[in-house]
Amino acid sequence: MKNAVGRDIPEEVLQACGKRPYAGAYARDGEAYKKAAPVVRGYVNPKRSKLVSSIREALEKCGIRDGMVLSFHHHFRDGDYVVNMVLEEAAAMGVKDITICASSLGAAHDPVADLIEQGIVTGIQSSGVRGRIGEAISHGKLKTPAIIRSHGGRVRAIEEGDVHIDIAFIGAPTSDEYGNARGVGGKSDCGVLSYSMVDAKYADHVVVITDCLVPAPNFPPSISMVDVDYVCVVDEIGNPARIVSNVVRMTKDVRELMMADYCTRIIAGSPYFKDGFSFQTGAGGASLAVNSMLRPIMEEKQIHMGFAIGGITKPICDLLEAGLVRNIVDAQDFDLGAIESIKRNPNHYEISTSEYADPMNKGAFVNQLDFVILGALEVDVDFNVNVVTGSDGIVRGAPGGHPDTSAGSNCSIIVAPLVRGRIPTICDRVVTVVTPGETVDVIVTDYGIAINPRRQDLIDAYKDSGLPLKTIEELRDIAYSIVGRPEQIQFDDQVVGIIESRDGTILDVVRKIRPYSFEE
Amino acid sequence: MSHPNKKRLRRSMMFLNCQKPGLIKDPYIYKPDSIMLDLEDAVAENQKDAARYSLFHALQEIDYRGVERVVRINGLDTPHWKEDIRVCVAGGADVIRIAKTECAQDVHTVEEHVLAAEKEFGRPEGSTLLMSALESCKGVLNALEVCKSSDRLIGIALSGGDYTKDLQTVITGTGVELQGARQHMIMAARAAGVQCWDTVFTNLDAMDVFEEEVKMIKMMGFDGKSLVNPRQIDIVHKVFTPTQKEIIFAEKVVKEIDEKKALGIGVFTVDGKMIDIAFYDGAQRTIALAKASGVYEGDL
Repeated sequence: MKNAVGRDIPEEVLQACGKRPYAGAYARDGEAYKKAAPVVRGYVNPKRSKLVSSIREALEKCGIRDGMVLSFHHHFRDGDYVVNMVLEEAAAMGVKDITICASSLGAAHDPVADLIEQGIVTGIQSSGVRGRIGEAISHGKLKTPAIIRSHGGRVRAIEEGDVHIDIAFIGAPTSDEYGNARGVGGKSDCGVLSYSMVDAKYADHVVVITDCLVPAPNFPPSISMVDVDYVCVVDEIGNPARIVSNVVRMTKDVRELMMADYCTRIIAGSPYFKDGFSFQTGAGGASLAVNSMLRPIMEEKQIHMGFAIGGITKPICDLLEAGLVRNIVDAQDFDLGAIESIKRNPNHYEISTSEYADPMNKGAFVNQLDFVILGALEVDVDFNVNVVTGSDGIVRGAPGGHPDTSAGSNCSIIVAPLVRGRIPTICDRVVTVVTPGETVDVIVTDYGIAINPRRQDLIDAYKDSGLPLKTIEELRDIAYSIVGRPEQIQFDDQVVGIIESRDGTILDVVRKIRPYSFEE
Repeated sequence: MSHPNKKRLRRSMMFLNCQKPGLIKDPYIYKPDSIMLDLEDAVAENQKDAARYSLFHALQEIDYRGVERVVRINGLDTPHWKEDIRVCVAGGADVIRIAKTECAQDVHTVEEHVLAAEKEFGRPEGSTLLMSALESCKGVLNALEVCKSSDRLIGIALSGGDYTKDLQTVITGTGVELQGARQHMIMAARAAGVQCWDTVFTNLDAMDVFEEEVKMIKMMGFDGKSLVNPRQIDIVHKVFTPTQKEIIFAEKVVKEIDEKKALGIGVFTVDGKMIDIAFYDGAQRTIALAKASGVYEGDL
């Protein structure tokens, strides 16, 4: 059955997951539903301790068994030890058929690929998959199709009960004995625990794993003791060097600076650039450079940012310190500067991923966003964006907050070079639709800027701006004139991944990769 | 008749190392007037062949979208320059930049080989233009004979690094060591009716100092500047863009001179300034610069 972005979703996939095909970015607006709820065991006896001596004891006390869903966060990014630690122990106990429900999985979790091969891990639900896990999925090794959701989509799935977490494991830089856990302090400082907040509220069992036990109360907590069953102290929960970058380096790449300049002019020239505007940008070279390029314009025009949101880096914290940004609402920290800021600046707030981006709660921050700057692996002439499958068709990316912020913001800006090596970024049809074109407003490339024809207001706004405006078809034609029109990637029929829209409908599927064969 | 492109606009001439495909694949996105694909100092001695190979295919395959393609060849005191010339001509380079030019004979020597290559590869004779880099005191002092040496020669460029070594000083940042060469070269170029470009500015962390230098060389009369980084292009173009006031005045001068000529009037005033035919070329240049900078909205 063809969905609203023209993707054919096999009937058996819809039946197997009990889902509807994607019907438009805002199709479920106002729809009523009953939230899920966890099974809770009361802590009446004040003498009972929550401390457990090992991961194994935690697993035993939570009643680990085959087929359970275990959840994790990715605040420790490439430095995370928690996922591997827990799964190794579960595997050693002979547990099988585990589904991982993670906010993201990366190179740190390569060993999980072996557990997939052995049938110990049979389900993956994540907002990002990279490294060997992605390869295992694309080669059809995982028993069930992986479900890829945006950050907002993941917490929606938990709150709506699409996925029920049996045990949530929350790696925490600090915790007290009763499970008040914080993202700051200790030796594995990650700033915030936003991705775990909803897990803690909806999982049947919640285990805090820390390498720094602190005296009670560890306040104000990111994760409250009222939601925590057990606290497990281990030697190390992560590699601090890989949790955050020490310094984000401002790019000197002229191509990135040129694209950053275009983004800055798009923002400054838009009707939404006025006092109190809101903004999200990523940690990519061009995105980061926009922060510093916006500063003189904000100073000159006396325009202050109402709030900055998202993955936070030092450059935006510098604007907070300078008084040009009034508030930062923070769902993830990428560098030490961001962590320092959330510790010290009273206008820098930690938020949950539900507050950040859930489309089915009663209104998230992304809905109040004016501008977001995002990246893309591919963009097609319908403005659909792929950030999950690579040019070889293998799962190797993360929607993260991409579909959420794009749908929520007044002006979503995608920045990407027109070609990468021999791969055109702008193309006829993306391999995988992750963010629907209906929600994407502006594409900035090194060869020019395309505005979505659905946004005639923006096209009018930049008419006399002097910006190199082109149609998306023109950009595609330039890309193809340079690198040629690529051959289609070859797939088998087997569906190995499901790209869920943030509202829980099915946007696209990923199929098993087939080794390329030349036509005779 | 001279080559139609001999006097084209050349405000920004950006150096690119031919050894780096990533640099030469699409520099036109930064919109310089000319790129200078370097076979000389930027290319390691044992990589000259590889750089020529990249250069040839780049010239043949890449659509540089109207950006002029200059190639800097190795000096006449090296074993490389003859093969460099063959590759440039075979690939179809617009201009060859002769390194370390000292006298008119150097230009004649290159011209001879260019002509032979044009015959060898079936290119129209005279289609390959030349420019000279003056890198020594002798070269600078011979600027006038170099400028007059060939109909193919579009102009001369100062190469400040080597020149200051020859002077036995360094680039001081004050400009004092380059003063004489700059003044002398621009006069020679104008006397011969060719163009003149200033030397590179290499400190990318001092963009404000760079801008001051560009303003100065524009005031001195230079046509443009050699550049080492795309970030410098916009600054040069901005400095060389005429102001709206200058454009409106130039427009009036051109129109009034055309009009008054028909009426048999030689001298008159525009906005209180005395104007005669001597202002005509300058006003035309301002309009041409305004058009190239994309700021001209008039009907001339």
